[in-house]
Amino acid sequence: MAEAPVPQDTSRTPTGADTDLMRQMFATMHLIRTFEERAAEEYMRGNIGGFLHLAIGEEAAVVGSVLALRPTDPITSTYREHGQALARGSEPRVVMAELFGRATGLCNGHGGSMHLMDRERYFFGGYGIVGGSIPLAVGLGFAISYRHEDGVALAMFGDGATNQGVLTESMNMAKLWDLPVVFFCLNNQYGMGTAVERASADTELFRRADAFDIPSRRVDGMDIMAVYQAVTDAAHHARSEQEPSMIEAIAYRYRGHSMSDPDRTRPEEEKARWHARDPLMTFERVLLGEGTIGAAELTTIRDRNAAAVEDAVTFANDSPRAPDSALADNVYSHPWTDDPRGSALMPPARP
Amino acid sequence: MSTDTSATTSISYREALTQAMREELDRDPNVFLMGEDIGLFEGSFKVTRGLLREFGPTRVVDTPISEAGFVGIGIGAAMSGLRPVIELMTVNFAIIAMDQIVNNAAKVRYMFGGQVTVPLVIRMPGGAGHQLGAQHSHSLEAWFTHVPGLKVVCPSTPYDAKGLLKTAIRDDDPVIFLESEGLYAKKGPIGGPDDLVPFGQAAIRRSGSHCTIIGVSRMVWVALTAAEALAAEGIECEVIDPRTTRPLDLQTIADSVRRTNHCVVVDEGWPECGLAANIATHVYEACFDWLDAPIVRVNSADVPMPYAHDLEQSALPRPEDVAAAVRATLAREA
Repeated sequence: MAEAPVPQDTSRTPTGADTDLMRQMFATMHLIRTFEERAAEEYMRGNIGGFLHLAIGEEAAVVGSVLALRPTDPITSTYREHGQALARGSEPRVVMAELFGRATGLCNGHGGSMHLMDRERYFFGGYGIVGGSIPLAVGLGFAISYRHEDGVALAMFGDGATNQGVLTESMNMAKLWDLPVVFFCLNNQYGMGTAVERASADTELFRRADAFDIPSRRVDGMDIMAVYQAVTDAAHHARSEQEPSMIEAIAYRYRGHSMSDPDRTRPEEEKARWHARDPLMTFERVLLGEGTIGAAELTTIRDRNAAAVEDAVTFANDSPRAPDSALADNVYSHPWTDDPRGSALMPPARP
Repeated sequence: MSTDTSATTSISYREALTQAMREELDRDPNVFLMGEDIGLFEGSFKVTRGLLREFGPTRVVDTPISEAGFVGIGIGAAMSGLRPVIELMTVNFAIIAMDQIVNNAAKVRYMFGGQVTVPLVIRMPGGAGHQLGAQHSHSLEAWFTHVPGLKVVCPSTPYDAKGLLKTAIRDDDPVIFLESEGLYAKKGPIGGPDDLVPFGQAAIRRSGSHCTIIGVSRMVWVALTAAEALAAEGIECEVIDPRTTRPLDLQTIADSVRRTNHCVVVDEGWPECGLAANIATHVYEACFDWLDAPIVRVNSADVPMPYAHDLEQSALPRPEDVAAAVRATLAREA
């Protein structure tokens, strides 16, 4: 395929960057990788149902963008969002329990892999309709602006969503109303099985923003420092100028679209090339080379994450299943009836 | 009942809605309005007249023609605690925003385990009768009523238009507020600032012992006209206005049908999988042993709405259609 030209600024060294932050970046990327590899195993065991979309390979784009924001900056995401929740600090055991459909899950087992939310951590959720969550982020930005707060809303979406009309509508209103929004396109180069150049007349997706006079740029989504810097700049711009911007991060997902996709159509040579640029591996080399992190500390991080994921699976397995009595919980704020099999709102007529 | 003098004043349905929004904008700084041409232009049907001048462009937001986009923005704003009142110029354009309404507004509270609420109102006029043709004449009550997570409101009087809209704005869940284009000029008394009309309480618009007619929105008035004509023949109908179709006050409906033993349901939407079909099913389930004859539904014709005046009138439920339905169900009595 004609792959997207990615600005690879290999000379970008993390010199001067906060070493604690860099440790956190590595630890978070590694946690997500470990968590998702285990989630795949649990899916094969039948412990996780439905769709399971893994972001393995995309960790730099996920973690670099989330950590560049303040913890109170709202984020919306797609259905490929385990990493966003974990990067925001949701406990792995609570996320895993949600994937298992347990009552102890992040959303009481009512959401599942595609619909994680951690409101306390300003992670406003994963959504299953491509592009559908983008205007919600603009609405969160609208609320920030309405209340004269200094937050920034980040809309995370994939390359596929750039061909949905609602992105165009959202960008137009964000710019028209001077809203503090960052449009973050995680371009993993495939909308399910369709490569970007087979779906988009102009494959430079960041240029969609030009139509609205919104500043935009493309970054190497396999390079966490590049993503971090781009989102830091965009968030600063949104806060200081009340203007939206767009970032396109080029990355690659190693697995198929979801666990049910055997991934037979992407060229092996292409996959190998992107694996060679693995975001964890390259960042680890940088950290070790710079002396930011020692081999012993790396081992400690890996062991800690492995233990956290093991604990998460144990917790999920031991947790009670989402009970029938909760079937109609939260359809409405104030349910009319507590009969879980009846309508959540409509009471039957008395005999 | 408030002692406010407005309670006895005759005010149009349109102005009743304006008053509801004005009072709620005054009462709660989290309330804001958003929609196409609602500010400077004062609304396609002038329901927001004067509100931009009074509350300014932060509270009364003119949008581009982007229904999916600004409904989604309203949902996001509501998720963070604001109380948007969105006007869709007509119900017909809600179809463009249906993904946002059904997949986001109705579901986020449930699928995220109750972590957020969506205190959002989406107002929209609907209904046919003005020769607006096939794409501008929808009655989509059934579409919205189908969806758990939404509340659906269909006021038929100025009093209810005001009282139900105030309740909708104060409600913590997404409310689809269906106004009838044909009722905007209808006048009647309205309540004061504290007169809220609760959801899920039907109104008995006329009492009678022979047949229960359930009419929704403008069809309440069609049913009342039919009932007057039938009274001249000695047939006394009880006319029930559900006021909200989700929640539906099935108790009031069932109590009535168990007295009259006959039932006709009138709704301006299409017949297949329609609101009347749904209400009739509820009545069968609750009142089977009391019914003396099958329920009769009166709907718009099962066609896209035609333009020509006479054809359009033929396609819509008319009082004579309702009267004929009542006579038919009573004639079935052994």
